[in-house]
Amino acid sequence: MEEWLYIQNEVYPALLKGFWVSLALIVPSAIFGLVIGIIVGVLRVYGNRPVMAAANAFVVLFRGIPLVVQLFIWYFGLPYIKIYLAPFVAAVLGFSLCSGAYHSEYVRGALMSIRRGQMLAAQSLGFSKVKMIFSIILPQAIRRALPGCGNEIIYLIKYSSLAYMITCVELTGEGKILASNSFKYTEIFLIIGACYLAMTSVASLLLSRVEDRLRLPGFEHQRI
Amino acid sequence: MPEGLIAIADALPYLLQGSVVTVIVVFGAMGLGLILGVPLAVGQVYGRPALRRAIGVYVWFFRGIPLLVLLFLFYFGLCTALDVNLSAFTVAIIVLGLISSAYQSQIFRGAILSLPEGQLKAARALGMSDFKAISFIVLPQALRLAIPGWSNEYSIILKDSAVTYALGVAEIMARAHFVATRTYQQLPLYFTAGVIFLILTWMGTRGLRVLEEKVRIPGYSQHGA
Repeated sequence: MEEWLYIQNEVYPALLKGFWVSLALIVPSAIFGLVIGIIVGVLRVYGNRPVMAAANAFVVLFRGIPLVVQLFIWYFGLPYIKIYLAPFVAAVLGFSLCSGAYHSEYVRGALMSIRRGQMLAAQSLGFSKVKMIFSIILPQAIRRALPGCGNEIIYLIKYSSLAYMITCVELTGEGKILASNSFKYTEIFLIIGACYLAMTSVASLLLSRVEDRLRLPGFEHQRI
Repeated sequence: MPEGLIAIADALPYLLQGSVVTVIVVFGAMGLGLILGVPLAVGQVYGRPALRRAIGVYVWFFRGIPLLVLLFLFYFGLCTALDVNLSAFTVAIIVLGLISSAYQSQIFRGAILSLPEGQLKAARALGMSDFKAISFIVLPQALRLAIPGWSNEYSIILKDSAVTYALGVAEIMARAHFVATRTYQQLPLYFTAGVIFLILTWMGTRGLRVLEEKVRIPGYSQHGA
Protein backbone atom coordinates (compact mmCIF):
# COMPACT_ATOMS: atom_id res chain seq x y z
CA MET A 1 0.00 0.00 0.00
CA GLU A 2 2.78 2.37 0.96
CA GLU A 3 4.59 1.42 -2.22
CA TRP A 4 1.54 2.18 -4.27
CA LEU A 5 1.09 5.60 -2.66
CA TYR A 6 4.74 6.35 -3.37
CA ILE A 7 4.30 5.47 -7.01
CA GLN A 8 1.06 7.46 -7.27
CA ASN A 9 2.23 10.58 -5.46
CA GLU A 10 5.88 10.85 -6.41
CA VAL A 11 6.95 8.58 -9.22
CA TYR A 12 4.06 9.19 -11.59
CA PRO A 13 4.06 13.03 -11.57
CA ALA A 14 7.85 13.23 -11.79
CA LEU A 15 8.09 10.78 -14.66
CA LEU A 16 5.21 12.46 -16.47
CA LYS A 17 7.05 15.76 -16.23
CA GLY A 18 10.22 14.08 -17.47
CA PHE A 19 8.34 12.44 -20.30
CA TRP A 20 7.12 15.81 -21.60
CA VAL A 21 10.65 17.21 -21.44
CA SER A 22 11.91 14.17 -23.34
CA LEU A 23 9.22 14.66 -25.95
CA ALA A 24 10.06 18.36 -26.17
CA LEU A 25 13.67 17.31 -26.87
CA ILE A 26 12.88 14.55 -29.35
CA VAL A 27 10.28 16.18 -31.61
CA PRO A 28 12.17 19.36 -32.55
CA SER A 29 15.46 17.43 -32.80
CA ALA A 30 13.86 14.91 -35.15
CA ILE A 31 12.44 17.68 -37.36
CA PHE A 32 15.62 19.80 -37.42
CA GLY A 33 17.69 16.66 -37.92
CA LEU A 34 15.63 15.62 -40.95
CA VAL A 35 15.84 19.10 -42.47
CA ILE A 36 19.61 19.23 -41.91
CA GLY A 37 19.93 15.70 -43.27
CA ILE A 38 18.02 16.50 -46.46
CA ILE A 39 19.98 19.70 -47.09
CA VAL A 40 23.36 18.11 -46.39
CA GLY A 41 22.41 15.00 -48.38
CA VAL A 42 21.46 17.11 -51.42
CA LEU A 43 24.65 19.15 -51.12
CA ARG A 44 26.75 15.99 -50.95
CA VAL A 45 25.28 14.70 -54.19
CA TYR A 46 24.60 17.83 -56.23
CA GLY A 47 26.89 20.45 -54.69
CA ASN A 48 30.01 21.74 -56.43
CA ARG A 49 33.40 20.56 -55.25
CA PRO A 50 34.06 22.82 -52.21
CA VAL A 51 30.44 22.49 -51.00
CA MET A 52 30.61 18.73 -51.36
CA ALA A 53 33.90 18.59 -49.46
CA ALA A 54 32.49 20.76 -46.66
CA ALA A 55 29.35 18.64 -46.41
CA ASN A 56 31.42 15.45 -46.31
CA ALA A 57 33.66 16.87 -43.59
CA PHE A 58 30.56 17.78 -41.58
CA VAL A 59 29.32 14.20 -41.80
CA VAL A 60 32.69 12.65 -40.91
CA LEU A 61 33.00 14.88 -37.83
CA PHE A 62 29.46 14.50 -36.54
CA ARG A 63 29.22 10.77 -37.19
CA GLY A 64 32.71 10.05 -35.90
CA ILE A 65 32.65 11.92 -32.60
CA PRO A 66 30.51 10.33 -29.87
CA LEU A 67 27.29 12.19 -29.15
CA VAL A 68 28.28 12.62 -25.49
CA VAL A 69 31.45 14.42 -26.53
CA GLN A 70 29.44 16.62 -28.90
CA LEU A 71 26.95 17.49 -26.16
CA PHE A 72 29.81 18.33 -23.79
CA ILE A 73 31.37 20.56 -26.44
CA TRP A 74 28.09 22.48 -26.90
CA TYR A 75 27.28 22.79 -23.23
CA PHE A 76 30.59 22.84 -21.33
CA GLY A 77 32.90 23.77 -24.20
CA LEU A 78 31.23 26.78 -25.82
CA PRO A 79 31.44 28.98 -22.69
CA TYR A 80 35.20 28.86 -23.37
CA ILE A 81 34.57 31.18 -26.32
CA LYS A 82 31.91 33.14 -24.40
CA ILE A 83 28.85 31.45 -25.84
CA TYR A 84 26.42 30.26 -23.18
CA LEU A 85 23.66 27.83 -24.10
CA ALA A 86 20.88 26.57 -21.84
CA PRO A 87 21.07 22.79 -21.29
CA PHE A 88 17.87 22.27 -23.28
CA VAL A 89 19.11 24.34 -26.24
CA ALA A 90 22.51 22.64 -26.19
CA ALA A 91 20.80 19.22 -26.19
CA VAL A 92 18.49 20.04 -29.12
CA LEU A 93 21.42 21.53 -31.04
CA GLY A 94 23.58 18.47 -30.40
CA PHE A 95 20.84 15.96 -31.27
CA SER A 96 19.81 17.83 -34.44
CA LEU A 97 23.33 18.14 -35.84
CA CYS A 98 24.30 14.56 -35.01
CA SER A 99 21.15 12.95 -36.35
CA GLY A 100 21.26 15.31 -39.35
CA ALA A 101 24.65 13.84 -40.24
CA TYR A 102 23.23 10.31 -40.07
CA HIS A 103 20.06 11.24 -42.01
CA SER A 104 22.22 12.74 -44.76
CA GLU A 105 23.77 9.31 -45.34
CA TYR A 106 20.37 7.75 -46.02
CA VAL A 107 19.27 10.72 -48.14
CA ARG A 108 22.48 10.55 -50.15
CA GLY A 109 22.05 6.83 -50.79
CA ALA A 110 18.44 7.36 -51.84
CA LEU A 111 19.31 10.27 -54.14
CA MET A 112 21.96 8.19 -55.87
CA SER A 113 19.53 5.30 -56.31
CA ILE A 114 17.11 7.40 -58.39
CA ARG A 115 17.46 6.50 -62.03
CA ARG A 116 19.41 8.90 -64.24
CA GLY A 117 16.57 8.91 -66.74
CA GLN A 118 14.43 10.89 -64.30
CA MET A 119 17.00 13.64 -64.28
CA LEU A 120 17.43 13.63 -68.06
CA ALA A 121 13.65 13.76 -68.54
CA ALA A 122 13.37 16.73 -66.17
CA GLN A 123 16.19 18.50 -67.98
CA SER A 124 14.61 17.91 -71.36
CA LEU A 125 11.38 19.42 -70.05
CA GLY A 126 13.33 22.57 -69.19
CA PHE A 127 13.44 22.22 -65.39
CA SER A 128 16.11 24.24 -63.64
CA LYS A 129 18.51 22.22 -61.49
CA VAL A 130 16.93 23.38 -58.23
CA LYS A 131 13.42 22.71 -59.49
CA MET A 132 14.42 19.29 -60.78
CA ILE A 133 15.93 18.31 -57.45
CA PHE A 134 13.01 19.54 -55.37
CA SER A 135 10.07 18.48 -57.50
CA ILE A 136 11.33 15.35 -59.26
CA ILE A 137 14.23 13.71 -57.46
CA LEU A 138 13.66 14.48 -53.77
CA PRO A 139 10.00 13.36 -53.56
CA GLN A 140 11.09 9.93 -54.79
CA ALA A 141 14.33 9.82 -52.84
CA ILE A 142 12.74 10.75 -49.51
CA ARG A 143 10.36 7.82 -49.81
CA ARG A 144 13.32 5.50 -50.31
CA ALA A 145 15.29 7.06 -47.47
CA LEU A 146 12.36 6.73 -45.08
CA PRO A 147 13.16 3.30 -43.57
CA GLY A 148 16.71 4.39 -42.74
CA CYS A 149 15.63 7.78 -41.45
CA GLY A 150 12.97 6.08 -39.33
CA ASN A 151 15.65 3.95 -37.67
CA GLU A 152 17.61 7.09 -37.01
CA ILE A 153 14.60 8.66 -35.28
CA ILE A 154 14.32 5.57 -33.06
CA TYR A 155 17.98 6.00 -32.19
CA LEU A 156 17.28 9.64 -31.41
CA ILE A 157 14.57 8.64 -28.93
CA LYS A 158 17.08 6.48 -27.08
CA TYR A 159 19.92 8.96 -27.28
CA SER A 160 17.69 11.71 -25.89
CA SER A 161 18.51 10.16 -22.50
CA LEU A 162 22.02 11.59 -22.84
CA ALA A 163 20.60 15.08 -22.27
CA TYR A 164 20.67 14.14 -18.60
CA MET A 165 24.47 14.20 -18.75
CA ILE A 166 24.47 17.91 -19.61
CA THR A 167 22.03 18.64 -16.76
CA CYS A 168 18.87 18.81 -18.85
CA VAL A 169 16.51 16.86 -16.60
CA GLU A 170 14.26 14.71 -18.77
CA LEU A 171 12.82 11.23 -18.24
CA THR A 172 16.11 9.58 -17.29
CA GLY A 173 17.15 12.55 -15.17
CA GLU A 174 13.86 12.60 -13.24
CA GLY A 175 14.28 8.86 -12.70
CA LYS A 176 17.83 9.28 -11.42
CA ILE A 177 16.70 11.93 -8.94
CA LEU A 178 13.79 9.78 -7.72
CA ALA A 179 15.97 6.71 -7.41
CA SER A 180 18.73 8.55 -5.56
CA ASN A 181 16.19 9.75 -3.01
CA SER A 182 14.37 6.46 -2.47
CA PHE A 183 17.13 3.94 -3.33
CA LYS A 184 14.56 2.04 -5.43
CA TYR A 185 16.91 1.94 -8.40
CA THR A 186 15.75 -1.36 -9.88
CA GLU A 187 12.03 -0.54 -9.84
CA ILE A 188 12.38 2.99 -11.11
CA PHE A 189 14.81 2.21 -13.90
CA LEU A 190 12.64 -0.71 -14.98
CA ILE A 191 9.68 1.68 -15.22
CA ILE A 192 11.80 4.14 -17.18
CA GLY A 193 13.02 1.37 -19.45
CA ALA A 194 9.39 0.45 -20.08
CA CYS A 195 8.61 4.08 -20.97
CA TYR A 196 11.41 4.11 -23.55
CA LEU A 197 10.33 0.72 -24.90
CA ALA A 198 6.81 2.12 -25.31
CA MET A 199 8.14 5.23 -27.04
CA THR A 200 10.36 3.32 -29.46
CA SER A 201 7.63 0.78 -30.21
CA VAL A 202 4.99 3.45 -30.85
CA ALA A 203 7.45 5.42 -32.98
CA SER A 204 8.32 2.44 -35.15
CA LEU A 205 4.61 1.69 -35.59
CA LEU A 206 3.90 5.31 -36.58
CA LEU A 207 6.87 5.35 -38.93
CA SER A 208 5.69 2.25 -40.77
CA ARG A 209 2.24 3.89 -41.03
CA VAL A 210 3.83 6.97 -42.57
CA GLU A 211 5.77 4.77 -44.97
CA ASP A 212 2.54 3.05 -46.06
CA ARG A 213 0.69 6.34 -46.40
CA LEU A 214 3.42 7.88 -48.57
CA ARG A 215 3.77 4.87 -50.83
CA LEU A 216 3.07 5.70 -54.45
CA PRO A 217 1.27 2.94 -56.35
CA GLY A 218 3.45 1.69 -59.16
CA PHE A 219 6.64 3.13 -57.71
CA GLU A 220 7.39 0.30 -55.29
CA HIS A 221 9.73 -1.87 -57.30
CA GLN A 222 11.57 0.51 -59.50
CA ARG A 223 15.15 -0.55 -59.32
CA ILE A 224 17.72 0.27 -62.02
CA MET B 1 44.92 29.93 -27.63
CA PRO B 2 48.36 28.84 -26.51
CA GLU B 3 46.97 27.94 -23.08
CA GLY B 4 44.64 25.50 -24.78
CA LEU B 5 47.53 23.89 -26.64
CA ILE B 6 49.55 23.59 -23.43
CA ALA B 7 46.56 21.99 -21.70
CA ILE B 8 46.20 19.51 -24.54
CA ALA B 9 49.90 18.65 -24.48
CA ASP B 10 49.82 18.17 -20.71
CA ALA B 11 46.68 16.05 -20.77
CA LEU B 12 47.48 13.94 -23.81
CA PRO B 13 49.31 11.06 -22.07
CA TYR B 14 46.52 10.90 -19.48
CA LEU B 15 43.85 10.85 -22.19
CA LEU B 16 45.71 8.19 -24.15
CA GLN B 17 45.76 5.97 -21.06
CA GLY B 18 42.00 6.46 -21.09
CA SER B 19 41.88 5.25 -24.67
CA VAL B 20 43.39 1.96 -23.46
CA VAL B 21 40.44 1.65 -21.06
CA THR B 22 38.03 2.50 -23.89
CA VAL B 23 39.59 -0.10 -26.17
CA ILE B 24 39.38 -2.80 -23.47
CA VAL B 25 35.70 -1.95 -22.83
CA VAL B 26 34.91 -2.04 -26.55
CA PHE B 27 36.77 -5.30 -27.16
CA GLY B 28 35.20 -6.92 -24.12
CA ALA B 29 31.73 -5.80 -25.16
CA MET B 30 32.17 -6.92 -28.75
CA GLY B 31 33.54 -10.27 -27.61
CA LEU B 32 30.62 -10.82 -25.26
CA GLY B 33 28.23 -9.66 -27.99
CA LEU B 34 29.79 -12.17 -30.40
CA ILE B 35 29.63 -15.08 -27.95
CA LEU B 36 25.95 -14.38 -27.19
CA GLY B 37 24.98 -13.04 -30.60
CA VAL B 38 25.88 -16.12 -32.66
CA PRO B 39 23.71 -18.58 -30.69
CA LEU B 40 20.90 -15.99 -30.59
CA ALA B 41 21.03 -15.64 -34.36
CA VAL B 42 21.13 -19.41 -34.92
CA GLY B 43 18.22 -19.82 -32.50
CA GLN B 44 16.22 -17.13 -34.22
CA VAL B 45 16.70 -18.67 -37.65
CA TYR B 46 16.52 -22.40 -36.87
CA GLY B 47 14.85 -22.56 -33.46
CA ARG B 48 11.34 -23.61 -32.47
CA PRO B 49 8.65 -20.90 -32.54
CA ALA B 50 8.74 -20.47 -28.74
CA LEU B 51 12.52 -19.99 -28.75
CA ARG B 52 12.28 -17.56 -31.65
CA ARG B 53 9.70 -15.50 -29.81
CA ALA B 54 11.82 -15.44 -26.65
CA ILE B 55 14.85 -14.25 -28.60
CA GLY B 56 12.65 -11.65 -30.30
CA VAL B 57 11.67 -10.27 -26.89
CA TYR B 58 15.32 -10.22 -25.77
CA VAL B 59 16.34 -8.29 -28.86
CA TRP B 60 13.38 -5.90 -28.54
CA PHE B 61 14.29 -5.23 -24.89
CA PHE B 62 17.97 -4.50 -25.41
CA ARG B 63 17.44 -2.51 -28.60
CA GLY B 64 14.57 -0.44 -27.25
CA ILE B 65 16.03 0.88 -24.00
CA PRO B 66 18.70 3.58 -23.94
CA LEU B 67 22.20 2.56 -22.90
CA LEU B 68 22.26 5.11 -20.08
CA VAL B 69 19.08 3.68 -18.53
CA LEU B 70 20.43 0.12 -18.75
CA LEU B 71 23.73 1.18 -17.20
CA PHE B 72 21.88 2.76 -14.25
CA LEU B 73 19.54 -0.23 -13.98
CA PHE B 74 22.39 -2.74 -13.83
CA TYR B 75 24.90 -0.76 -11.82
CA PHE B 76 22.75 0.96 -9.22
CA GLY B 77 19.74 -1.35 -9.38
CA LEU B 78 20.42 -4.98 -10.08
CA CYS B 79 23.93 -5.11 -8.58
CA THR B 80 22.56 -3.86 -5.27
CA ALA B 81 19.34 -5.87 -5.41
CA LEU B 82 21.20 -9.12 -6.12
CA ASP B 83 23.99 -8.15 -3.74
CA VAL B 84 26.80 -8.65 -6.24
CA ASN B 85 29.72 -6.30 -6.07
CA LEU B 86 30.84 -5.44 -9.59
CA SER B 87 33.03 -2.53 -10.60
CA ALA B 88 31.68 0.12 -12.94
CA PHE B 89 34.18 -1.11 -15.51
CA THR B 90 32.78 -4.67 -15.41
CA VAL B 91 29.16 -3.47 -15.54
CA ALA B 92 30.02 -1.27 -18.53
CA ILE B 93 31.41 -4.28 -20.43
CA ILE B 94 28.43 -6.47 -19.49
CA VAL B 95 25.75 -3.92 -20.43
CA LEU B 96 27.45 -2.86 -23.67
CA GLY B 97 27.97 -6.56 -24.45
CA LEU B 98 24.31 -7.46 -23.87
CA ILE B 99 23.10 -4.57 -26.04
CA SER B 100 25.64 -5.49 -28.69
CA SER B 101 24.56 -9.14 -28.60
CA ALA B 102 21.04 -8.02 -29.56
CA TYR B 103 22.35 -5.95 -32.47
CA GLN B 104 24.95 -8.53 -33.51
CA SER B 105 22.35 -11.30 -33.53
CA GLN B 106 20.47 -9.32 -36.18
CA ILE B 107 23.66 -8.87 -38.23
CA PHE B 108 24.36 -12.62 -38.10
CA ARG B 109 20.72 -13.47 -38.77
CA GLY B 110 20.84 -11.41 -41.96
CA ALA B 111 24.09 -13.11 -42.95
CA ILE B 112 22.70 -16.60 -42.31
CA LEU B 113 19.52 -15.84 -44.26
CA SER B 114 21.52 -14.52 -47.19
CA LEU B 115 23.19 -17.91 -47.70
CA PRO B 116 21.60 -20.10 -50.35
CA GLU B 117 19.34 -22.69 -48.75
CA GLY B 118 20.95 -25.48 -50.76
CA GLN B 119 24.02 -25.34 -48.50
CA LEU B 120 22.11 -26.70 -45.53
CA LYS B 121 20.26 -29.25 -47.65
CA ALA B 122 23.52 -30.49 -49.14
CA ALA B 123 25.05 -30.85 -45.68
CA ARG B 124 22.04 -32.86 -44.52
CA ALA B 125 22.22 -35.02 -47.63
CA LEU B 126 25.82 -35.81 -46.69
CA GLY B 127 24.56 -37.10 -43.34
CA MET B 128 25.65 -34.18 -41.15
CA SER B 129 23.66 -33.49 -38.03
CA ASP B 130 21.96 -30.09 -37.85
CA PHE B 131 24.49 -28.94 -35.25
CA LYS B 132 27.40 -30.00 -37.42
CA ALA B 133 25.88 -28.50 -40.56
CA ILE B 134 25.31 -25.16 -38.86
CA SER B 135 28.71 -24.97 -37.21
CA PHE B 136 30.83 -26.28 -40.12
CA ILE B 137 28.89 -25.20 -43.20
CA VAL B 138 26.61 -22.26 -42.39
CA LEU B 139 28.50 -20.28 -39.76
CA PRO B 140 31.95 -20.16 -41.44
CA GLN B 141 30.31 -18.55 -44.45
CA ALA B 142 27.86 -16.37 -42.53
CA LEU B 143 30.50 -14.94 -40.19
CA ARG B 144 32.56 -13.82 -43.15
CA LEU B 145 29.54 -12.11 -44.66
CA ALA B 146 28.87 -10.39 -41.35
CA ILE B 147 32.19 -8.53 -41.16
CA PRO B 148 30.98 -5.29 -42.82
CA GLY B 149 28.03 -5.16 -40.41
CA TRP B 150 30.43 -5.91 -37.61
CA SER B 151 32.59 -2.95 -38.50
CA ASN B 152 29.51 -0.70 -38.25
CA GLU B 153 28.74 -2.22 -34.88
CA TYR B 154 32.31 -1.52 -33.76
CA SER B 155 32.03 2.17 -34.52
CA ILE B 156 28.68 2.35 -32.71
CA ILE B 157 29.96 0.62 -29.57
CA LEU B 158 33.11 2.70 -29.58
CA LYS B 159 31.02 5.86 -29.49
CA ASP B 160 28.55 4.43 -27.00
CA SER B 161 31.43 3.53 -24.68
CA ALA B 162 31.77 7.27 -23.98
CA VAL B 163 28.43 7.04 -22.12
CA THR B 164 29.98 4.73 -19.51
CA TYR B 165 31.55 7.89 -18.14
CA ALA B 166 28.19 8.30 -16.33
CA LEU B 167 29.18 5.38 -14.07
CA GLY B 168 32.66 6.77 -13.55
CA VAL B 169 34.60 4.44 -15.82
CA ALA B 170 37.94 6.19 -16.38
CA GLU B 171 37.76 6.19 -20.19
CA ILE B 172 38.67 9.01 -22.56
CA MET B 173 35.59 11.15 -21.93
CA ALA B 174 35.75 10.88 -18.15
CA ARG B 175 39.39 11.89 -18.16
CA ALA B 176 38.79 14.79 -20.55
CA HIS B 177 36.02 16.07 -18.31
CA PHE B 178 38.17 15.63 -15.22
CA VAL B 179 41.07 17.62 -16.67
CA ALA B 180 38.71 20.21 -18.17
CA THR B 181 37.03 21.04 -14.88
CA ARG B 182 40.44 21.51 -13.28
CA THR B 183 42.13 23.58 -15.99
CA TYR B 184 39.06 25.38 -17.44
CA GLN B 185 40.25 24.49 -20.96
CA GLN B 186 37.00 22.73 -21.81
CA LEU B 187 36.77 23.31 -25.56
CA PRO B 188 40.33 22.20 -26.48
CA LEU B 189 40.15 19.13 -24.23
CA TYR B 190 36.74 17.88 -25.41
CA PHE B 191 37.84 18.45 -28.96
CA THR B 192 40.95 16.36 -28.33
CA ALA B 193 38.77 13.60 -26.89
CA GLY B 194 36.64 13.76 -30.05
CA VAL B 195 39.73 13.49 -32.26
CA ILE B 196 40.98 10.44 -30.32
CA PHE B 197 37.59 8.78 -30.92
CA LEU B 198 37.78 9.64 -34.63
CA ILE B 199 41.22 8.03 -34.85
CA LEU B 200 40.06 4.92 -32.98
CA THR B 201 37.04 4.58 -35.30
CA TRP B 202 39.24 4.91 -38.34
CA MET B 203 41.79 2.38 -37.05
CA GLY B 204 39.11 -0.16 -36.14
CA THR B 205 37.21 -0.02 -39.42
CA ARG B 206 40.56 -0.20 -41.27
CA GLY B 207 41.58 -3.25 -39.27
CA LEU B 208 38.29 -5.00 -39.96
CA ARG B 209 38.61 -4.33 -43.67
CA VAL B 210 42.04 -5.98 -43.59
CA LEU B 211 40.51 -8.92 -41.68
CA GLU B 212 37.78 -9.20 -44.31
CA GLU B 213 40.44 -9.49 -47.03
CA LYS B 214 42.47 -11.97 -44.97
CA VAL B 215 39.67 -14.43 -44.33
CA ARG B 216 38.14 -14.24 -47.79
CA ILE B 217 37.91 -17.63 -49.47
CA PRO B 218 38.87 -17.34 -53.13
CA GLY B 219 35.87 -18.03 -55.32
CA TYR B 220 33.39 -17.48 -52.49
CA SER B 221 33.31 -13.69 -52.58
CA GLN B 222 29.91 -13.57 -54.31
CA HIS B 223 28.03 -15.80 -51.82
CA GLY B 224 28.72 -18.72 -54.18
CA ALA B 225 25.01 -19.10 -54.91
